[in-house]
Amino acid sequence: MSHDPAHDAPAAAAVPGPIGPEASVLVGKADWFLNWSRKSSLWYLLFATACCGIELMQTGASRYDLDRFGAVFRATPRQADLMIVAGTVTHKMAERLKRLYDQMPEPKYVLSMGSCANTGGPFYKDSYCVVKGVDLLIPVDVYVPGCPPRPEALIDGFLKLQKIIMQKRNFAAKA
Amino acid sequence: MSAAESNARARAEALPTQEMTINMGPQHPSTHGVLRVILRTDGEVVSNARPDVGYLHRGLEKIGERVTYAQFMPFTDRLDYLAAMNCNCAWAWAVEKLANIEVPERAEYIRVIVCELNRISSHLIAFGSFTADMGAFTPFLYSIRERERVNDLFEDICGNRLTYNYARIGGVSGDLPPGFIEKTKEFLDYFEPKIDEYNELISYNKIFVNRLANVAVVSAADAVAYGLTGPSLRGSGVAFDLRRDEPYSVYPKLDFKVCVGTGERGTVGDCFDRYMVRINEMRESVKIVRQAIAQIPDGPVLAKVPRIFKPAAGEAYVRTECPRGETGIYVISDGTANPYRLKIRTGSFVSMNIFETVTKGLMIADIVAVIGSLDIILPEIDR
Amino acid sequence: MEPRDIFDALKARFGDAVVELQGEGFRPPFVVVSPESILEVARFLRDEPGLAFDSLMCLSGVDYKDRFAVAYHLHSLPAKHRIGIKVFLPKDAPSLPSVDAVWPAANFMEREAFDLFGIVFEGSKDLRRILLPEDWEGHPLRKDYKYPDFYHGIKI
Repeated sequence: MSHDPAHDAPAAAAVPGPIGPEASVLVGKADWFLNWSRKSSLWYLLFATACCGIELMQTGASRYDLDRFGAVFRATPRQADLMIVAGTVTHKMAERLKRLYDQMPEPKYVLSMGSCANTGGPFYKDSYCVVKGVDLLIPVDVYVPGCPPRPEALIDGFLKLQKIIMQKRNFAAKA
Repeated sequence: MSAAESNARARAEALPTQEMTINMGPQHPSTHGVLRVILRTDGEVVSNARPDVGYLHRGLEKIGERVTYAQFMPFTDRLDYLAAMNCNCAWAWAVEKLANIEVPERAEYIRVIVCELNRISSHLIAFGSFTADMGAFTPFLYSIRERERVNDLFEDICGNRLTYNYARIGGVSGDLPPGFIEKTKEFLDYFEPKIDEYNELISYNKIFVNRLANVAVVSAADAVAYGLTGPSLRGSGVAFDLRRDEPYSVYPKLDFKVCVGTGERGTVGDCFDRYMVRINEMRESVKIVRQAIAQIPDGPVLAKVPRIFKPAAGEAYVRTECPRGETGIYVISDGTANPYRLKIRTGSFVSMNIFETVTKGLMIADIVAVIGSLDIILPEIDR
Repeated sequence: MEPRDIFDALKARFGDAVVELQGEGFRPPFVVVSPESILEVARFLRDEPGLAFDSLMCLSGVDYKDRFAVAYHLHSLPAKHRIGIKVFLPKDAPSLPSVDAVWPAANFMEREAFDLFGIVFEGSKDLRRILLPEDWEGHPLRKDYKYPDFYHGIKI
């Protein structure tokens, strides 16, 4: 089974014996398996408020296919692990955003896409009803800058999130 | 007793039912943005569908009073991001009318070319997301494939794929890059047969037609009274297109047909008609771009406008044909560098007036068809 | 019809309720009418055969520093002409009759003017805040609006 050497590589060994020399058994850390399975199948919530939503759609569609990373969109938060906040969050929407975040099951991740979700965007200075950054409402893992970010930038942010997931210690020994 | 009579008796003696109140949105895959619809239904049949908007209200009109005329241009991109060129040019035309600025002819031709290309890409998303809402996912991927090619053309012109900030007060920010005309011709030759492909793929599919024909019929008189504009108005049989009836820019020199709903598969003014008007308009836009490319003259692309631009005090209302209807900008100047008041009237906002009336008695699945066929977009509604 | 003719037709019918024609520097020109008469003026403009203003293009609130105004932009599909109607309102308690019985397109635009300016449209079939949350305080597009510091605990 091939894997990206950039991630923590387990020691892969072929176990000789009654199974046969061409069969192989992978030996590694449980952490690695869990993280690898989580990062390879990140289902994101379709949460697109504004312009970044179109770039999110285009990233998931024909030319820049997000599905090759295992990511499909889900319409309901209860089946999603990742919330890509794409677009401006207004004060009227803020409460609903928090509710959607609470409805997502653990482990959940948040990727803040675009300037509006990062800091309020072009509406930072003069608008009276825009939340200046979605991290005022929910914890964010990755910020992708841009107005709107190119699909390549979003994919880069997505891969960085995958790297973060791979570094998580799930079975840490209790101190 | 016949089957019908026994059915009727069974229904009359059946368990009494109550109306439910269901919330649809603001996060919903089919509401084209953050639209919330509060449905009161009796089972599957809707008795009242009240739209609740404002989840994307960013205060663009107040921002407009605090920035200068030129600084407001990027905000018009975010007004209808699928037709950002149209909105940029609408703002430019409004301010030029207010201040009596003469725009060079080459700039007007470039504006028409990019506006019509943007109309094609906006209708592609309208087509793709509408069919995806109806349950057919493949046409969405086809339409994004075409739209990516238009995005490439726009990236050549101005560097951005979605929010262009290309028009300026007095013209456009930069001339067409070398090779643009050839690439556009290539795209048009590639794209024109695709429209027939879409019709073969989905438009006349029996299930698709059954879901849209005779659903939410809007008569011509109602369409005008409720303020529908653009393809939704033309889908009801009213042949009114601002590009032909109140022409602006270089549209008088271009020849194109105004597409009207004909009741092809149902009644005039149903969802299918509004959908077919958009498909046909893509064809007409291709014709317009071809003519504009053939006629475009040489010359400057930006008029001389003072750096600190202060138009004389006055008021102007200018309306242009955007893909989602008529975008009217009412701008008031008091002689200073910032607009005193600017009001943006958008097609989607006024189209929502008819939503509650036309959805009485429909089924929940038809609500999705109505939202898609009116082709609303939330930043236009909420600004 | 020219704006001057439309003004004359209105003046002949409504007399003193029609105040003036704002022509110079206004595109399209505005006919200023009194607030109480706006509903009859609207009905006349829509139903009179020569005028036939069946389409309300835009309804906006405006805050001129000393008074409010509501500007109506009308268009006629059969007669192919357009005109603006303006109504001036006092700064405290601005209110006028609603025209959504004449042009149903006015409903959402009146709600927006109410939400952002505080202009009350009497007789409107539905006058609630539309763009801002229901519990928002103040009317943001007024010139003397001061931005609040917090809303529900989140910094503005």
